[in-house]
Amino acid sequence: MAEAASVLDGARYTGFVTVADAGLRGMITLRGDLASDAVAGAVKDAVGLGVPGQRRVHAHGDRAVAWMSPDELLVMVPYADASEVAGKLAQALAGAFATVANVSDARAVFTLSGAAADDALCKLCPVDFAQLGAGEIRRTRAAQVAVALWRSGEGEVTLVCFRSVAEYVFGLLRNAAAPGGELR
Amino acid sequence: MLLLTCPHCGVTAEETEFAPGGEAHLKRFGPGSDDDAFEAYMFNRKNPMGVHFERWRHAYGCGKWFIAARCTVTLEVFGTYPAQTTEPPAGIVETIKAKRPEWEGYK
Repeated sequence: MAEAASVLDGARYTGFVTVADAGLRGMITLRGDLASDAVAGAVKDAVGLGVPGQRRVHAHGDRAVAWMSPDELLVMVPYADASEVAGKLAQALAGAFATVANVSDARAVFTLSGAAADDALCKLCPVDFAQLGAGEIRRTRAAQVAVALWRSGEGEVTLVCFRSVAEYVFGLLRNAAAPGGELR
Repeated sequence: MLLLTCPHCGVTAEETEFAPGGEAHLKRFGPGSDDDAFEAYMFNRKNPMGVHFERWRHAYGCGKWFIAARCTVTLEVFGTYPAQTTEPPAGIVETIKAKRPEWEGYK
């Protein structure tokens, strides 16, 4: 079988911020009643994390759960584990009013690292980055496409978009991070 | 610039993150209603200069529909609330009455 590869295959660009394709990431969309014990139990069993509150991201090691909307969670695991974890979640939620879908291959992930990552992103997103704290996920747009982003570490922002627009987003980020475009 | 707060995810963003959905609190007249009522439901919109209730969708965010009460002249937003609401909440009506005493109500 052909080997899975991220659409930009580890592309990297260094301007005043470093933009990198973060490679493959296992992502599972879980929709259902987030306040229910069934969802909380299934998520806890599958990835060992609690259901995050409004706009929060819970992360531990290579696993994370993000609040996407009042009835949607994004469960992130290593790419190789995605189908197994999705199966586990689906089984645990078989009787509940919930859906589980492995969307790993529908997404692209980028990381922006550098102290001025916010300056590059604020050219593209209508977001007040001074208000974006650690552990908060923000779904917004980058120029013309939908993205979700959060602070994944010191001076690092992770950005997720659809795979079909990954090249467009990489182009945007590269342009926004180009030397000479510093905001301060 | 119109700044809206999504009541579902609590994000305050500018209008480009949202998609407009037209006038809110319309009463639907479908099959069986008389022609005048159907025409009014189908085509007649308020288009006021002042207080207006509008449907919006947080298209680039959580994807949920909500209703915004705002002033079409000043772009002041009096409040937003989930779309699963059949009439403006009392708190928002009060806010509007305090700020726009000449307002005649949403009907």
